Parts: sequence; C-alpha cells; structure tokens
Amino acid sequence: MADRVREEKIRCDACPVMCYIAPGKIGACDRYGNVEGRIVRCDPLTILDRRLEAGGEVRPFLASDWDGSMAGEDVFISGVGSGTTYPDYKPAPFIVSREIEGADVITVVTEAIFSYCGVKVKIDTDRHLGAEAAVVRAKGEAIGHVTTSEYGSQMLSLGGVDHLTGGSKPEGRVTCDALLRLCEGKPVELSIEGGATVVVQAGEAPIVDGVREERMRVGCGSAAIGMFASQWQGLVDEVVVVDDHITGVVSEHQAGKVLGWPDTGIRIKGRRSTPGRYFQVAKPGSGWGGTDIKDPLSILNPWWEKKGARPGLTLLMVSTTGEHAAFFVLDDALEPRAAPMPEVLKASVELIAENCEPALCTVMFQAGAGGSLRSGVTQNPVKLTRSVHSGETCVTCGGAGVYVWPGGGITLMVDVTKMPEGSFGYVPTPALVAPLEFTLSREAYRALGGHDAAVRSVADILKTGGEYGDDIRVVRDRRDD
Amino acid sequence: MATTFVWSGTGAMTRAQATWLADGRRLHLHHGPIDMIVEAWGPGRGTAFARAVARFETVLQELVDELPRLRVENGPVPKSETARAMCRAIAPFSDRFITPMAAVAGAGADTILSAMTGGPGVSRAYVNNGGDIAFHIAPGEAMRIAMPGTGTARVASCDPVRGVATSGRDGRSHSRGIADQVTVLAGTAAQADAAATMIANAVDLPGHPAITRVPARDLSPDSDLGARLVTTHVGVLSTEDTKRALDRGAGYADQLRQRGLIQAAALCLRGETWLIGTLALQQTDLTYA
Repeated sequence: MADRVREEKIRCDACPVMCYIAPGKIGACDRYGNVEGRIVRCDPLTILDRRLEAGGEVRPFLASDWDGSMAGEDVFISGVGSGTTYPDYKPAPFIVSREIEGADVITVVTEAIFSYCGVKVKIDTDRHLGAEAAVVRAKGEAIGHVTTSEYGSQMLSLGGVDHLTGGSKPEGRVTCDALLRLCEGKPVELSIEGGATVVVQAGEAPIVDGVREERMRVGCGSAAIGMFASQWQGLVDEVVVVDDHITGVVSEHQAGKVLGWPDTGIRIKGRRSTPGRYFQVAKPGSGWGGTDIKDPLSILNPWWEKKGARPGLTLLMVSTTGEHAAFFVLDDALEPRAAPMPEVLKASVELIAENCEPALCTVMFQAGAGGSLRSGVTQNPVKLTRSVHSGETCVTCGGAGVYVWPGGGITLMVDVTKMPEGSFGYVPTPALVAPLEFTLSREAYRALGGHDAAVRSVADILKTGGEYGDDIRVVRDRRDD
Repeated sequence: MATTFVWSGTGAMTRAQATWLADGRRLHLHHGPIDMIVEAWGPGRGTAFARAVARFETVLQELVDELPRLRVENGPVPKSETARAMCRAIAPFSDRFITPMAAVAGAGADTILSAMTGGPGVSRAYVNNGGDIAFHIAPGEAMRIAMPGTGTARVASCDPVRGVATSGRDGRSHSRGIADQVTVLAGTAAQADAAATMIANAVDLPGHPAITRVPARDLSPDSDLGARLVTTHVGVLSTEDTKRALDRGAGYADQLRQRGLIQAAALCLRGETWLIGTLALQQTDLTYA
C-alpha cells in the first residue's frame, strides 16, 4: 500500500509544460522534482552550471545574477494558507526559526483577518473618470470614492470599514467581493457617479468606457512642448499640444521663445496661464488629450494676420500621447485646411507615442494590523507595534515588502502584484484575509514576550506541516517582478 | 479542510523572465524548462534585445499548445513558428524514429534569433538555448564557437553554418545511444539539434552487456520516446568497443553530411573524439580517427 502511494506520478504546475514527474525524478526543466510526492525545487545553481557549460561561451551563474528570488536560502515561508483563528487567542500557526548569516531569525507567519482594509487604486489615464469625491460603485453599491488625482493618473480609494461593515449588508458583500477580486488581480468594473465606467485590474491597462487605455501621456501639453520644441523647429510653423490640463502652443511657449520661434497669430480658446500655456481649452472627456475634443480646430479662434498669420502657414496639432494628430495649412482666407502630414512630422508624433509609458492600474492593499492578531505573535502586543516602528521587526505580506505608515498602529500598504497568487481570502464578517509575516531576531522575539516554546525550524515545517494540515504548495515568487 | 501554506522563493506557473547577467552584456531569458542566453553586437543591439524579450514571452506557451502533436512522429502541420521549424528540421531524418521534440531547443533558439535580427544594425548575435545555439553573422563578420571537448571553430559569414547543437548522455534529454557528446554544426540550430540527437543515438553498441537501458517513460512519463529504451548507464568498454560505437555514429554522420544536412560533427565517447566534415576547427589536444 505504502509502495503504491510512493509510486504515484505527480503533475508539476511550475510552468505551462505541466510535466508528470515520477517519484525521485525531475521535470523537463531540471529544476522541479518529485520528492516523496511533493513538487520541490532543486538547487538551481548546480543545474545551471551544468547546463550552461555545454554552451562553452557562458560562465556559471552566481545567485546575484539570477532573479534574486530563487537561491536556496531564499526559501521563505509566507502566511498564505497558514490558517488562523479570530480573535487570535493562541500562538500564530507557524513561528519559524532559521539561520541567516549566522543569526537565528524568527518569522511569525499568520493569515490576518483585516476588518479595516481597502485598496488605493492608481489608474494611469488623463481621461476624466469623475469629479473628486464622486462615489464609486460596483454592481450598484457604493464601495468607495474618487480621491486626489496624481500626475498622469486618477486615484480611487475603495473599501474601508465604513463600506465593509458600516453600510447595508449588500453594500458590505459587494465591497468585500470587489476588494477581493482587485487584490487577486482580477478585473472589476466600477462606475463613477457623474463620470466614467472603468474596468480596473492590477497590473493591466484600464478600460475606460469600453476603450482600453494604452498609454500615459508623455507629460502635460506644456511639458510636451518643452521636450520636443527643438525637434519641431524648421519642420513646421506652429505646434499645439492638446491636453485636458495644460494645452501648449510652441510659438508662444518659453521653450519656443528661447529657440527664436516666430509668432504665428494663432489664438487659442481657453484661459491663458502663462505664455503658450492654456487651461480649460475644452471640457474633460475621452477625445484628444483627455478632453472632449473631437475636432481639434474647435479650440482655435480666427488667426491674426498682424501677429504673423499668413497663407501657407503650417500647423501640427497633437495630443499628449501622440494618439491623435492632425496637420493643417492656412488657406488664403487664413482658415486652417487639413493636409497630409509630412513624414518628418509623423516621426515626431511617433516619438511622443514612444515616450509614453504603458498605462496601468495599480492596486495597493492598505490595512491595519494593529488589533488582536498581535497577540498571536507576542504576549505583549504594544511591544510588537513599537518593534515594527523601530525597524527591529520586518513586516511582509506573502513575503512582499510593505510600507508601514508612521504614527500609531501598524497600518500597512502593499502592492498586490508582488504577493503570491491566491494570497487573499475573505470571511463572512465581511472582511478580507491576507497573509502576514513578522520577522525578527530570536533574541528580540524573546524580549517581546514571544511564544518561544512554539518556535519550529523550517525543515520541521516542511516535513510535518502545521496544525491545519501539511499540504504544501509551491508558488511563484513575484516580489522581484 | 486542509489548509496550505506557501513556500515562496520558488515559483508556481512562472511567467517568462528576462534578466541581465552580471556583465550587463548578455541577457538571460527563462521560462519553465527554457533558459536562453542572448547577446548581440552592432548599433541595433538595444532594439534587438527588446525584440528578443517580446518574442520570448509567448514561445513556451505556443509550444505547450501543440505539445501532443510535437511528441509524436506524424501529424498535421502545427501552427506556431517554432513548432513548424521543428517539423521541418526532423523531416529529413524520418527514415528512423524521430519526433519534432528532437529539434525543440534549436528551433526555439532560431525563433528568438530571427526576432533579434528582424531589424537593422545587428552585426552579430547569438541565442544559446542550453547549449543549442543559433547565431547571426552579418557579411564580413565572424564568430568563434566553442565546441565542448573539441576546441573552437571560427565561423565566417560565408560559411553555411548558423547553428550548433550538442546531444548525448551528458545532455538534458535522454539518449538512445551511448555517445558522451555529439556536437553538430548545421545551417540552423534546429537542423543541428535534430542531427545531433540522431547521431548521438547512432553511437551505440546494441546488445552490449555493459550498457543499461530503461524505457524512457519510466524516467519521464511525458517523454516523446514512450517505451523506447534509453541509456542510463555505460559500464566498462574496451578500446575496440569504443571504436566500433564511434564508427557506427561517424558512418551515419557522414551520410548526413553528404546529404547536405550538416556541415560538421564532433563525436565524443570515452575520451575519443572523431570529427566529420571540413569546417576549420582550431583543435586542441584531440585524438584523430
């Protein structure tokens, strides 16, 4: 019987090949093997040495050449799936000791139930998503609001205790579900009151009103003039960079002036800020440069002859992402007429596009770890808080580094894409469950009043598992992605 | 309910990764079983790397999508660029048992190299896929290829060689023969890969008592070789045995050369190295046939 169990081949899910691996054998990659019925990563250094020697040209890797996450000593036991209880009345599921550079280090591993939690979402787009403080809804329920926008990005603040448990039951359920999906890197459709509908997914481009946002603007219209004025000189008589924030005009802009750019008699609608920089040339929208403009000429007043307008004068209008561009020539009545864009100008439009970064959604999980879960770590909770703030104890979520807010409590913020897949869960409270690890020296752990008797070695845990089962899963480390 | 805990620092379902090696010149591309080292020279170097990385992202998935077809001898023409190249590379060898998997490493290297050279300003480039190497040499340029156990070969742009591959018992795949190593120079890395596999299989002593063999699927359940025997151990061989085994392999290699499938091959067994073909090898410390 025992023999038959041992003979079982298992399927490796480390890569898309999904090898079946016989006991004691390794997969096609030479990296993962079946060790007593478990998929285990073999030493990558030895294997690479051997493989790369064959190429003659390459020399062996050092751990530091690798992606930094796979060296043997980097085996890191995270809190994902460690199990937990609430409130925390007993030692955390795993309190692990191991030696790092000769020092005995303790990692307390738990899954924390976060009643106070939410996500901050950064959406790289200049399109108008909604007014500041507008309510953000998912499936009709209010789950958060639009907050202060950042350079090139719109920001949302979602979740939090008021939506999770402070409102109606459906509101709490929908909020919890939306947060969970966002944290797991799944897409969530959000509608903003008086604004857009946006599909948000961590690490992916936002989809605003059904249109996938490909690029962030290179800068505002004025910044684009500053960056590219010298490249346009001599190729075109006037350039307008259309932008919802600041529309730039090269002949009037300081960047044009220092190049000796002549006046053109152009007149822009909108409120002039400083020379060549205009606010509010149009309303926000999903047209040119985050405005509602479909026809760029709609932002121009009649040209002034006495300031330099003349038949044959050429004009390039372009958006801050290079997505929209048009070329015009003034006719005898000084009316701009669309004309085919010269190749050299096409290249400059492409240069703007090339300089734009891909638009992404970023989801930062923010939560308070200050409550009773601390007693799973130590018998003296406030000492843990102090130890975290002094830097003596390092806090991680699924192994990913977190930012701990200064001030009271342990309020942390972490990029969900750096955490292992499948890190998050929920309880019907509703509240989110996320892995949490505290790492500190054994000496400091004792000083905190830690559960020293519960400390176990990494090897023991890998061998015998935890109180809640010994099923071990190997996941991808995304910390260095 | 059995809870799980995660042991990160290892990876499940990894995505393709690209990392600079410490020298900052060579790029390491890694995904699942694939490790490639790539390097390029010339003014278009930067964009060549960018194209390599972009192309690499989907190569493994494309192969996996057609894996059942690629593990058998015959079937419909596959869809992906790499899979098609594998089928083309093995076609000339189909008088013996061979599946497209015999050319997977070489074909992968060719695919990435072709992406790298798909733009201007690349004077030289190579893609080393675990020892199977595709390279690009612009007119007037040359490249030095290290051939394990045999010295180095200088390949000039006029030489009809753009691929080198090594197969044998020291390699990653199971060999049906007993060669320690067979290195082949051919027109593409895929051709070299397929030929090296077949020549290494041909270096053999059927029925010899010192050779232990087991069905391939006992070692790797997914092996394209199925129940076919692969070599797991070679015991003591007499000088006569070694010569006989190399002779079988060299005879087959010479046929391949005459058919225009390879340019040169080096066959190694028990310290003996035999060379087939005329490529200017700068040998060091070799035994000649």
